[in-house]
Amino acid sequence: MSLAEALTTGDLTRLPSRRDEDWRWSDLRGLIRVAPPPSPVWEGALPAGPFAALAAEEISLVNGRGPQALVVAPGETRTVTLRLISAPNSGAHLARLRIAVGAGAILTLLESHEGLGADYLVDNDLDITLSEGARMERVVAALDADTGVSVSMADVALSARAQFSQTILTGGARRQRLETRVIHPGREAEVRLDGIYELGERRHADITTSVTHEGAGGATSQLTKGVVSGQARGVFQGRIIVREGADQTDARMGHHALVLSDSAEVDAKPELEIYADDVACNHGNTIGALDAEALFYAQQRGLSEAEAKALLTQAFLNAVVDRIDHEGARDFARDWVAARMEARP
Amino acid sequence: MSALLKVENLRAAIDGKVILDGLSLEIPAGEVHAIMGPNGAGKSTLSYVLTGKPGYEVTGGGASLDGEDLMALAPHERATKGLFLSFQYPLEIPGVPALTFLRTALNAQHRARGEPEVAAPDFLRLVRAKAAALKIDFDMLKRALNVGFSGGEKKRMEILQMAVLEPRLAILDETDSGLDIDALRIVSEGVNALRAPNRSILVITHYQRLLDYIRPDKVHVLAAGRIVASGGPELALDLEREGYDKFAALAA
Repeated sequence: MSLAEALTTGDLTRLPSRRDEDWRWSDLRGLIRVAPPPSPVWEGALPAGPFAALAAEEISLVNGRGPQALVVAPGETRTVTLRLISAPNSGAHLARLRIAVGAGAILTLLESHEGLGADYLVDNDLDITLSEGARMERVVAALDADTGVSVSMADVALSARAQFSQTILTGGARRQRLETRVIHPGREAEVRLDGIYELGERRHADITTSVTHEGAGGATSQLTKGVVSGQARGVFQGRIIVREGADQTDARMGHHALVLSDSAEVDAKPELEIYADDVACNHGNTIGALDAEALFYAQQRGLSEAEAKALLTQAFLNAVVDRIDHEGARDFARDWVAARMEARP
Repeated sequence: MSALLKVENLRAAIDGKVILDGLSLEIPAGEVHAIMGPNGAGKSTLSYVLTGKPGYEVTGGGASLDGEDLMALAPHERATKGLFLSFQYPLEIPGVPALTFLRTALNAQHRARGEPEVAAPDFLRLVRAKAAALKIDFDMLKRALNVGFSGGEKKRMEILQMAVLEPRLAILDETDSGLDIDALRIVSEGVNALRAPNRSILVITHYQRLLDYIRPDKVHVLAAGRIVASGGPELALDLEREGYDKFAALAA
C-alpha cells in the first residue's frame, strides 16, 4: 500500500489508510476520494528556488519531469540545489531521483519541495546511495501549499565510514508525509536525522524515520522539534532497529513538541528495537506548552506576550537549526523559523 | 515630594487565599526602601502583584507608578513604564543568548516608548562596560541566559539587566539569597551605582545583612500581608536583634 502504487495503477484502494499501523495518523485513503488528473507539462516560467543563492548547480523536477539521476564522482565535492516543483498546473504525479555519492565524495543537497499549485497529489521518491567514506548533508525545505497532499520517501543506503546528515524543515500541507529509511552498515558510519515542523491552521505534517543498524560500530543521532497551533496536527514516528551483531551501536533519538492551542495535536511514536548486546540507545519524547514562568520573566523585561512567545518558540526550534553543518543552509533555516514566527497570528 | 510608587490598601489573593491584606506603601523618587518580614508574610507576592504575574487576584486597593495605575497595565507595559523586578529565582531561557535577550528587551522597551532602537555597536559597548563593573565575563553573555549559571552569576545577571534597562523603580526580591560575601558585595555595589535622584529601589529581604551594603532610607516590616511598622535603617537592626515575633503580634 503506497501512494506510488495508487498513482501508478489508478487504484485508490491501494492508498495507505488509518488501518495501516504506520499511517494511522496520516490517513490518505479516507482523505482522497478522487485523484486529481495527471500533472501536464509546465511550460511557463518559474520563480527562483529558495536555495538559489547557495548553490551554483540546480536540478529541477517539475511536475515529476526532469533528470533521473544525480551522480557525484568519487572524491568530488558538490553543492546542489534540488527542486521538486508542483507547478501551478499540477495535478497528480510522481517525482523520482536516484542519487549516488561516490567514495570519499562530499555532497551538500539543498532540497526544496515547492507547491506552486493547489489540490495536487504528489509522490517524491529519492533513492540515495553513499559509497565508502562519502559524506552527504541533505537539507529539505518542504514548502507545500495549504491544499496540497504530498508524500516523500528517501531510501538511504550507506557504506562503511559514510556520513549522512539530514534536516527537514516543514510548514506542513493539507496532508504531508516526509519519510526517511536508512540502512546503516555500522562500521563507523554516522547518521544524523533532524527535523523541524511549524504548523498552524489546519495543516498536517508527518515526519517518519526508520534506521536499521545492520553492523557493529555505527552511530545515529536524531533530534526533531515541532510547534503546533490552531487545529494543526504534527506526527513524529521514529524507529531504530539494531540487528543482532550490530554491537557498539550508539543511537539517540529525541522528539520534543510544543502544543500552543487546545485544538492542535501532536502524535509521537518513538520505537527502539534492539537485538544486539553492548549498545547505547536512548530516546526522549516530550510534548508540552511554553514555560509560563519563563514567559512572565520575558514580559517583565518588556516583551509583549506575543514577542515573548515568539522568542521562546524560536529558541526552542533553533536547537535543531544549530546542528546544520552548511553555514548558508543554517542561516536559511534560522530565517525560515523567524519568518514563521512573524507570520503567526 | 510626590511618591514614585504609591501602594494603597492593596489586597491580593492566590487560589482564594488572602496574601496581601491592605498593604500601603509610598516610595518617593530617589529613595531606597527595604521591606523585611518573616517567611510567608507576602514579600514575594507584593513583587509579583506589582509586576503583574498571572495567577494573583487583586481584590482591593491598587498601586500606581508616577501616578499611573499599574493594575490597568499588562506586565510588559509596566516594565516599559520603568518597573523592574530582580527575581528571587531568575529563570533559565534555553537557546537565547543573554546578549540577545537583553537587546531584545531593551529595544522592545524603546519601541514601546517611541524611542529609537539602540544600534548593535552602541549596545555592545554599553553592555561591555556594565558587565565589567559587575565582574561578569563577557563570554558568559554569549551563552543561553542563566542556563548552567551559578546562583551568584544569575543574581549578577539580574543586576546587569537592571543596569542596562535603567528602570524608574527596581524591586530586588531576596537578591542576597544564595550569595557568598564577595558576590554580595559586587551585587550591592552594582545596585548602589544605580542610585539616582529619579530612580527608586525597593529591597525585599529576610535578613539585615544586605542592608549593610545597600543602605536604605527607610525600612518597613511586612507581616501577615500588611506593613506593620516603618522606620529608619535602625529598624533593621532592631529586627535582627529581636526577631519578627513582636511584629507578628502587631499584625494579629
